[in-house]
Amino acid sequence: MPSATLSRSRLTRRAPKPPSHGRAPTESSNGHSPAKTDIALLKKIAASHNLTPELYQEIVKLLGRQPTLTEVGIFGVMYSEHCSYCSSKPYLKQFPTKGKRVLVSAGEENAGLVDIGDGLAVAFKIESHNHPSAVEPHAGAATGVGGIIRDIFTMGARPIALLDSLRFGPLTDARSRFLLHGVVKGIADYGNAVGVPTVGGEVQFDASYQDNPLVNVMCIGLVKAKEIARAAAKGIGNPVIYVGSSTGRDGLGGASFASRELTDESEADRPAVQIGDPFAEKCLIEATLEALDTGDVVGIQDMGAAGLTCSTCETAARGNVGVEIDILKVPRRETGMTPYEVMLSESQERMLLIVKKGREAAIIKLFAKWGLSAVTIGRVTPDGKMRVKEGEKTVAEIPARALADNAPVFNRPVKRPSYLAKAQKLSLKSVPVPKDLNQTLLQLLASPTIADKSSIFEQYDHMVQTNTAVLPGRGDAAVLRIKGTNRWLAAATDGTGRYGYLDPAEGGRLAVAEAARNVACVGAVPLAVTDCLNFGSPQDPEVMWQFKESVKGISEACRAFNTPVTGGNVSFYNEGPRAAIDPTPVIGVIGLIDGPAPVSSAFQAEGDAIILLGETREELGGSEYLSLIHHRKAGRPPRVDLAKERALHELLPLLAREAILRSAHDCSDGGLAVALAECCIINPERRLGVRVDAQAVAKIRPDALLFGESAGRVVISCEPRHIGRVRDLAARHGLSVTVLGRAGGSRFTLAPWIDLHVDDVNAAWRSGLPAALQTGPE
Amino acid sequence: MKFGVVVFPGSNCDQDCVHVLKDVVHQPVTPLWHQDSSLRGVDAVVLPGGFSYGDYLRTGAIANISPIMASIGKFARDGGLVLGICNGFQILLESGLLPGAMLRNVGLRFICKFVHLRVERTDTPFTNRFQKGQIVRMPIAHNEGRYVADPKVLPVASAQAVFRYCDDDGRLTDAGNPNGSTEWIAGLTNQQGNVMGMMPHPERASETELGSADGRLIFESMLQAHAYA
Repeated sequence: MPSATLSRSRLTRRAPKPPSHGRAPTESSNGHSPAKTDIALLKKIAASHNLTPELYQEIVKLLGRQPTLTEVGIFGVMYSEHCSYCSSKPYLKQFPTKGKRVLVSAGEENAGLVDIGDGLAVAFKIESHNHPSAVEPHAGAATGVGGIIRDIFTMGARPIALLDSLRFGPLTDARSRFLLHGVVKGIADYGNAVGVPTVGGEVQFDASYQDNPLVNVMCIGLVKAKEIARAAAKGIGNPVIYVGSSTGRDGLGGASFASRELTDESEADRPAVQIGDPFAEKCLIEATLEALDTGDVVGIQDMGAAGLTCSTCETAARGNVGVEIDILKVPRRETGMTPYEVMLSESQERMLLIVKKGREAAIIKLFAKWGLSAVTIGRVTPDGKMRVKEGEKTVAEIPARALADNAPVFNRPVKRPSYLAKAQKLSLKSVPVPKDLNQTLLQLLASPTIADKSSIFEQYDHMVQTNTAVLPGRGDAAVLRIKGTNRWLAAATDGTGRYGYLDPAEGGRLAVAEAARNVACVGAVPLAVTDCLNFGSPQDPEVMWQFKESVKGISEACRAFNTPVTGGNVSFYNEGPRAAIDPTPVIGVIGLIDGPAPVSSAFQAEGDAIILLGETREELGGSEYLSLIHHRKAGRPPRVDLAKERALHELLPLLAREAILRSAHDCSDGGLAVALAECCIINPERRLGVRVDAQAVAKIRPDALLFGESAGRVVISCEPRHIGRVRDLAARHGLSVTVLGRAGGSRFTLAPWIDLHVDDVNAAWRSGLPAALQTGPE
Repeated sequence: MKFGVVVFPGSNCDQDCVHVLKDVVHQPVTPLWHQDSSLRGVDAVVLPGGFSYGDYLRTGAIANISPIMASIGKFARDGGLVLGICNGFQILLESGLLPGAMLRNVGLRFICKFVHLRVERTDTPFTNRFQKGQIVRMPIAHNEGRYVADPKVLPVASAQAVFRYCDDDGRLTDAGNPNGSTEWIAGLTNQQGNVMGMMPHPERASETELGSADGRLIFESMLQAHAYA
């Protein structure tokens, strides 16, 4: 078997090694009686699957015998951090998960589900594909898109939108440019072909992500609330059908690969990265939704991380039944695959269906129409076991619930990081106010994190399905119309690592606050949250402390805003040889507009009044300004007043409903000055100047006033005759209002500090990213 | 007027076309499956955008040899109205129903954005509701939309051009040519005028809430042409 040898030899020392046929214990047909020497070897192999001696003993106890090789692989992958959440589980319990609109809460199914009225529900979830994207950016990002889409249509929901939250190192670094290029192309090649629009998200650049970029993808789907599909096996004797692409050795051990830190040798883990086929996925979407429409499918799950292993044991565990499969029946794209390899393969675009007995022929025919293979590989059994056979031989037999639900939970040690005390200290006296604030603004606008991202999102088909009502970059959140209703769905993602580094709890609160605020800015009421928690190694007590604090902050904010967490993903081991990434919880929020057209960020007309909602304090800690201009990552991040923040999120949809709100844009990276600049220039077809009395904002140092990132602030515009109404409503919500000035003309004037031609403001912002991508050698 | 929208595996704008034809211009629509040969008595055929059969080979190459395309070829030669949008245009080029071919965009990147188009001809069944020289806005979304033609074919093709890419003032500038198409050609008909292919997506610009309703005029032109045929 030359191909098998080749595949194995490419795995690194650190990767879990598929057993080699020559010297590994064999799997006996009567079950399981390896010789003594084999037991020592088994333990060694178990250790290479991150199964500690203690865990190994527990497995022996659970099974009442020594495990087979295949079982070691199965336990290894199911108990991996990626699949079992063994380090994060105790903390994730803090999240509020219930709400009157929540139909499926976190962990119950493949994604959360929220009621949006008219008999419709929205399935949505965010997931990371950081490690694969670090070693093979194109395939890594592409399969990240494919995987999260499957989670959504597995629930019977048609995927209607994608958002990407991306983090890279500075673009002065050639590898970061290579990664950005590959990731964007991967997202485009997959998302565009599969016909799901990529409508939003964000991209940020910071040295903390240089070794370990973040690729988080959120997918949103729409389903009739009564037609939700479940990921549980039901009905003893019902056939289990394998659907989609054939199984190969690609992605072998992907979940384990995701569960350790990146090293210089990670390049050699490239075989652990799957290869995507968006055409197969597109056909799979159509065929699966058609199959679910028949009513003959009683349970369904995609094969994502841990492939066939995870889908069989989880569907069995959820249904409180057993599942028996024969892996000789699994369609394969390579010869000579061992049971271990078939069970652990993460080949893409595959699904597991449990179908009503007698209906398998019709379902198989339906998939054949779409050119997809569908094969009965097993059946539902009453014994609660996941039994894997290779023909007559049993190669694994494990209680399904033990695998799916009883994975070990680690109470990892936590320790407040030693860097914190020093990092949080920031004396503003040591930060000189720049002499030329015009120049400072232009620098900020041109910095890749703030600059125009159209060169990225124009590579994504963001309009297919004809629902995109607010184009990417034109509003604070993406907005999709829901055909046949007068509702609109809004979605945004957010997460600032720098805040998390300086105060993870505050960083968590800020991430939720900003994502929800973005959704409110388009006129939507924030409904629910999905989160992707990107951290370093959980074995580092300081990272665990960051994680613990961050989850606390997110929970507090979600409770305050009444936006339950409906699901998400934890990504640990985001470390390179240098250090862990900044703690980066990425928060996805969906919101609903009931009636009025969505609100854009751009100023709409000459003479409109420009108003700032919220208070500006002397807060420069963790700001983009401090980082870019003064090269410091220090201080405390801005404080969020959760009650005021919620009041703001309530006020904005109210103003939109009264048709007062002409535009709304929140102050985030780069503060008030950058927000105002963006309001003037983001619509290339209607650029407007602005004349603002900046001194009216607050009595604080001008750099903090202009570029500070105080939370809970939104720049809005309205017709001047509505100023009184805005004041009234804001007062009723306990929010401060500052009338800043008027839109119009060709100057961008924030008197007395900034005065620029709006074309120069525009040029800096539009050329920032393309210019940064051209720096240095290719 | 009964429309047929072809569905290849990998088509992804088929439902968008169905939506506009059914819910915006209020006409009956029937899907046409790629493996069928019957056109189900439709009055016009729409070949939608997407990635037919994955387009892992040259765009439209596999779609061109599907059973439904044989029927569409005959339908077109008999004077039936055929509109190819994006991938549909690429398939029409591949089938020879329209002259020319597509190369990758000049920037070698997928481009999705609104562009301006200048209406060159209004004497076609697809453009009778436009004004000659009118500047309209529709989005493009493609990787391979750089129109090229053999020097011998180009003069004929150019004379049949219905839409050209342009800047917002209607000028044919480099900046206004998003993919580097020869002679700014964004859409053209065959010599008989009953087959049109275009890279921009009129179905994405048929409702004002999506930013433009200019594309709707194409479908309404087809209705008008059918009514007076």
